[in-house]
Amino acid sequence: MKVSAAERTGTYLILGVFTVFALYPMVAILVTALRSEVAGQGGIHWENFAAAWTQARFGSYLFNSVLVSICVVALSLLLSVLAAYAFGTMRFRGSEVLFYLVLLGLTVPAEAVVVPLYFDLRDLGLTNTYASLVFPQVAQSVAFGVFWLRTYFRSTSRGIVEAARLDGAGHWQTLWRILVPMGRPAMVTLAVLVFMWTWNEFLLARVMVTGEELRTAPLGLQFFSGPATTTVPLLAAASVLVALPVVVLYLFLQRHFIRGMVDGSVKG
Amino acid sequence: MAAGEPRRVGYLYVLPALAVYGLFLLFPLLHSGWLSLFDWDGLSPGTWTGLDNYVELATEEGAAAAFGHAAVLVVFFAVLPVCIGLVLATVLHRTRVRGLPFFRTALFLPQVVAMVVVAVAWQRIFAPDGVLNAVLGTPGRAWLGDESTALLAVGVVGTWVQTGLAMVLFLGGIGKITGDLFDAVRMDGAGPVREFRTVILPSLRPEIGVALTLTVIAALRTFDLVYMMTPQGGPGGSTTVPAYEIYQRAFHGGQVGSAAAMGVAITLLAFAVTFVITRISGGGRR
Repeated sequence: MKVSAAERTGTYLILGVFTVFALYPMVAILVTALRSEVAGQGGIHWENFAAAWTQARFGSYLFNSVLVSICVVALSLLLSVLAAYAFGTMRFRGSEVLFYLVLLGLTVPAEAVVVPLYFDLRDLGLTNTYASLVFPQVAQSVAFGVFWLRTYFRSTSRGIVEAARLDGAGHWQTLWRILVPMGRPAMVTLAVLVFMWTWNEFLLARVMVTGEELRTAPLGLQFFSGPATTTVPLLAAASVLVALPVVVLYLFLQRHFIRGMVDGSVKG
Repeated sequence: MAAGEPRRVGYLYVLPALAVYGLFLLFPLLHSGWLSLFDWDGLSPGTWTGLDNYVELATEEGAAAAFGHAAVLVVFFAVLPVCIGLVLATVLHRTRVRGLPFFRTALFLPQVVAMVVVAVAWQRIFAPDGVLNAVLGTPGRAWLGDESTALLAVGVVGTWVQTGLAMVLFLGGIGKITGDLFDAVRMDGAGPVREFRTVILPSLRPEIGVALTLTVIAALRTFDLVYMMTPQGGPGGSTTVPAYEIYQRAFHGGQVGSAAAMGVAITLLAFAVTFVITRISGGGRR
């Protein structure tokens, strides 16, 4: 559409201001991470990353984060696919009630259940284990995953399912051979979202992990930022290490991911 | 609903998800309600106190302050981002902007960065020797260490995080409006403001509903930012929020029952917010 030159300029001005607002803190922390630990010394100092890595035991933190995230993503995806398939394509007594029960989980803030979770898992001797980091996050993600994928399964055409049926495929084969491969975009978006939430989770890890060996990356950053001996460039470098995996994933998949956000939030 | 064919095997498919969901979310939620009726320090046997913890929440100063702060954060996390997001999306829609994918990606980026990292980045900006003081010409001012500004500083970060989310949702919504509607008002000689009021705003109701629900709940849940940016709940407790109080009471204050009651309270608040906003915005669907 045609707009006046003044309006065009105004548009770019507004956009520019907010883009700078959005990017500045991240660029600033990246620049700080590359600064010298000694004030006033110029140049780019990549060694800050190596120093942050070893000093803060980041290797172990990132390993924990990767392990927990992979487990949560894989389990959430599997359980959500199975349940959403049934909720989306089958009818059984109480299916509606059960579905709404799961939807309830979309609004329950993790902050509200973390207290009983801690004491329940403590009684079972499960605090400070990978299980205490994985299962609560799977439970949270499954609520969203079932909601998200049920929409996909309901939108798949009856015809395809019936054709598969005529070819002699059972419900199990129809799901894995036909519907899951066809639904890759919906699954990828879900996987990226769950990965992001799991990687960035702080409160649950803060409560469940008492020792040092199970700390995840965000938790590591908190302890790293504590002691006064840490220099600002090292803290910034550690922050970049924590943020980088999710940011890289987002930049690679952003087109896909943003479309998923928009399509899923409101059914058009 | 009632879509699909009758099949009892459905129970087997939903069972694994329901088991994990029930054990690790539903049961703790009910347990929270149970714990909230006790006075318990987490170690020794608790004593039944009925609704005392809730009465206390309603009357005690610390709890009232936490909920008050949450209300302030709602303005920064939800109201401002939705308003700015509406302006950005409208402006972007009117002009064919070069490099739209870049702007969209950049503005959404704050959403994907871990809150602990966000906190570290903004702590530097608000620091006495930080860039904010340099820009404003107020050297040495400790924005996060001052009772009158600490909560507002946390709020600004919330606006920073949520604005891109709102904008992306609204851009998607505007994309779904048919061109005829725009043509009709323009034939009528409507300017940008009337076009916004008569076409964009009414059509975006579902998206505004979704954006408000997500951001208000995020405001109610805020923990990481406050915990990292203003340790000990800020100067003079000026940044305590419900989630922070839950953590503090249960794990450092020996008041598990009171923390559980607070958890129940924010769950009910989250339900109420979702319900009201979904109602007003028309069920979230056209």
